[in-house]
Amino acid sequence: MRVELDEPKCVASGQCVVEAPDVFDQRDEDGVAVVLDPHPPEELYDQVNEAVAICPAAALRLVRE
Amino acid sequence: MNRVVVVGASAAGLAAVETLRREGFEGDLTLIGDEPYAPYDRPPLSKQILSRTWREDRLPLRSDEDLSALNVELRIGTEAIGVDTRARTVKIASGEALPYDGLIVATGVRPRALPTARGHLLRTLDDALNLRSRLEPGRHLLVVGAGFLGAEAAATARGIGCRVTLVEPAPVPLAHAVGEDVGRMLSTLHSERGVDLRTGTGVAEVIDDGVRLVGGEVIEADEVLVSVGSVPNTDWLEGSGLRLDDGLVCDEYCSAGPGVYAAGDVARWHNPLFGTSMRVEHRTHAAEQGMAAARNLLRGPQGRPFAPVPYFWSDQYDMKLQAYGYLRGHDEVALVEGDLDERRFIVAYRTGDRLTGVIAAGIAPRTLRSWRQAIARSAAWDEDPPTPSEPTRRAA
Ligand SMILES: Cc1cc2nc3c(=O)[nH]c(=O)nc-3n(C[C@H](O)[C@H](O)[C@H](O)COP(=O)(O)OP(=O)(O)OC[C@H]3O[C@@H](n4cnc5c(N)ncnc54)[C@H](O)[C@@H]3O)c2cc1C
Ligand code: SF4
Repeated sequence: MRVELDEPKCVASGQCVVEAPDVFDQRDEDGVAVVLDPHPPEELYDQVNEAVAICPAAALRLVRE
Repeated sequence: MNRVVVVGASAAGLAAVETLRREGFEGDLTLIGDEPYAPYDRPPLSKQILSRTWREDRLPLRSDEDLSALNVELRIGTEAIGVDTRARTVKIASGEALPYDGLIVATGVRPRALPTARGHLLRTLDDALNLRSRLEPGRHLLVVGAGFLGAEAAATARGIGCRVTLVEPAPVPLAHAVGEDVGRMLSTLHSERGVDLRTGTGVAEVIDDGVRLVGGEVIEADEVLVSVGSVPNTDWLEGSGLRLDDGLVCDEYCSAGPGVYAAGDVARWHNPLFGTSMRVEHRTHAAEQGMAAARNLLRGPQGRPFAPVPYFWSDQYDMKLQAYGYLRGHDEVALVEGDLDERRFIVAYRTGDRLTGVIAAGIAPRTLRSWRQAIARSAAWDEDPPTPSEPTRRAA
């Protein structure tokens, strides 16, 4: 599975970092999300799914490759 | 639990539906929405849609593919008109009664109108497209109400070259919500950008060529946007026996009655973290509460109290305001970092002896998240400021 971020949509809310800190971070300058691990291990899928669901900009997806 | 009906096909309703499926609910799932669109995002309406930076095709919250994978019966253009909590059915406008074992109410709010119900409102995609089609460089937009929505729309309209007048009855915009200092900073910001801000000015009615003020004076404008607050969409629940009081009243589990839960802008629930009943109109909150309501519906007596730190952001010109916590009714406001005039700051709010919220702009995300954590653990007001640390995962 691959994590996709639609960067222009991101509103820098930081919810993804709270949910899945090993997979996401935020840029210091503007808070826009950064995907640290585009291919997270399976045990993090729950966290990533939670982040995808909670992202207030619908900027994240977890897609099957 | 075999049948769940979710009413309101937007942020909260969608989050509820997705969570039900992710938590393993395999029964029949129906999502009802009265707008003619699949779930789409509202915050961009006053930002990228109004400014024509985005086309409408950026708005859907999920792709068709993702929606069909949810195996949900999506009934858009369908209005729920009543609920029978004893028979456990939702009545829709066609007269049909949809049976449910679990019901999630996520019908949001609608804008409050002025007495003559004239002028633009801004809540739906259709509202935004309608307003946008009337805004061109040089045209004069008058915005009634300088809350976050009105202020954002004013900023966006300036950005596309409109003349903008922003009329607000309070002496300082948003002072009741964020305090005088932040309110004044926002006033300065709008004035600097060429908005004609008229505070202490009440609008009596919208007329053909503008508005009539309470004192009788007329301000002419090409278009008028009314943004004077909102009303929870609970009319359809009247007579159902469910408690309505500025929202559908829920307990700390987001439960409003047997098998009935609520989420998002429409829900008034008891937030144990702040020990008070609240109704929150923020985008992130809608998703969080949709998820919590869905989980608690499935868990029944094993449900968990919903105790979030509310969060919102607002984009005005090139400034992004971010706020955590519950600011309403605060006792004290203090600048704890930076400088309001430089528009790089953290302002903290005290209620009783606790830190209950912060508003910030231009602050590194790590720092902001540490303040969020301090609010989440009910930090005392006189504690040292939190230090940024590596994020830790919040318990679900
Ligand atoms: C222009 C604008 C800008 C915003 N900007 C921000 C921002 O920058 N940051 C932020 O945090 N928040 C922002 N918000 C607030 C955010 O959009 C809301 O908090 C969020 O949309 C709430 O989601 P919801 O699902 O609870 O309700 P809603 O989005 O209101 O959805 C409720 C849905 O239910 C439908 N419905 C109502 N009654 C019925 C019925 N009887 N039968 C069937 N369907 C019904 C409604 O038509 C609607 O589609 C903004 C809102 C607007 C309008
Ligand atoms: S949750 Fe979404 S909007 Fe918020 S920082 Fe992450 S990607 Fe951006």
